[in-house]
Amino acid sequence: MDSTDGSMKTDLVVYVAILVLACIQVFVLKGNLVAMLLVAVIQAFLAVGFFMHLFSEKRSLLLALIPATVFVLMMMNMIWSDSFRLIHMRAFPK
Amino acid sequence: MSEANLTMGAHGTAVMEERPFAIPSKKLVMWLFIISDACTFGAMLFAYGYIKNAAADWPHPFETASIMNALLMTFILVTSSLTMLIATRAAKSGDKAKGLRFTYITVVLGLAFAGLHLKEWFGLIGQGVRMFQNPWGAPMFGATFFSVTGLHLAHVVSGAIALTVVALGYNRGRYNADDIEIWSLYWHFVDLVWMFVVPMVYLMNVK
Repeated sequence: MDSTDGSMKTDLVVYVAILVLACIQVFVLKGNLVAMLLVAVIQAFLAVGFFMHLFSEKRSLLLALIPATVFVLMMMNMIWSDSFRLIHMRAFPK
Repeated sequence: MSEANLTMGAHGTAVMEERPFAIPSKKLVMWLFIISDACTFGAMLFAYGYIKNAAADWPHPFETASIMNALLMTFILVTSSLTMLIATRAAKSGDKAKGLRFTYITVVLGLAFAGLHLKEWFGLIGQGVRMFQNPWGAPMFGATFFSVTGLHLAHVVSGAIALTVVALGYNRGRYNADDIEIWSLYWHFVDLVWMFVVPMVYLMNVK
């Protein structure tokens, strides 16, 4: 199947959904970082899946790209404990 | 055709090796670039979060006008993704004129986004924000803000240039609809990154 198959109607629905989610971020969730990032993840899911047509590509492509990327991004979260330590200027434990 | 794409048949005849992901190699290259770029942006945003988290007096300079500007920029960028989708669909179906028209509309929307971005930058610079100083607090605010948004802005501008080059080549017959589709992947990725930049950089720093 050609990865650009699918209807214009689907594209429009995804377009409107992404904009509505952006408005929710700004007007409802402003200041709540976790909630805003969750909404951003949903927006990214829609963009990757429908705008970039990853869901209509061969499954092996999705499995080759997404888990590795998510793993790398998750591993970057190990910095947070150090940034909390830094704000209190606490020494590293001996 | 490179030798790497060939394998020898039972009687010495060369046959095509099946593509593992059933996509053209240049599309795979674009996907690989996109995931490496996602890690770059991820690292930038994590570094931004680290520095913000570790600063006791992080500034919150963005007023309602800046947030509305960011929302308008989001609207323009997401709309440009839609026009890029229309361009790709038209190019794939052989409607060259429509494909070109919507690719150029995408470029114009990208440049409008860049213009609004620069307006925001100059507004902050006018208020005294520099790379390592600002009137409000943590001096690293300028460095992180300009780095994250600057990297994204560089992607938008280079995307607009690349789309123009590909559209001109497509018009002359040098490139085909596949090239339009491949560069549309890049454009959607730039759109996707902005969805994370807005909450982290703008919405968490509202006055």
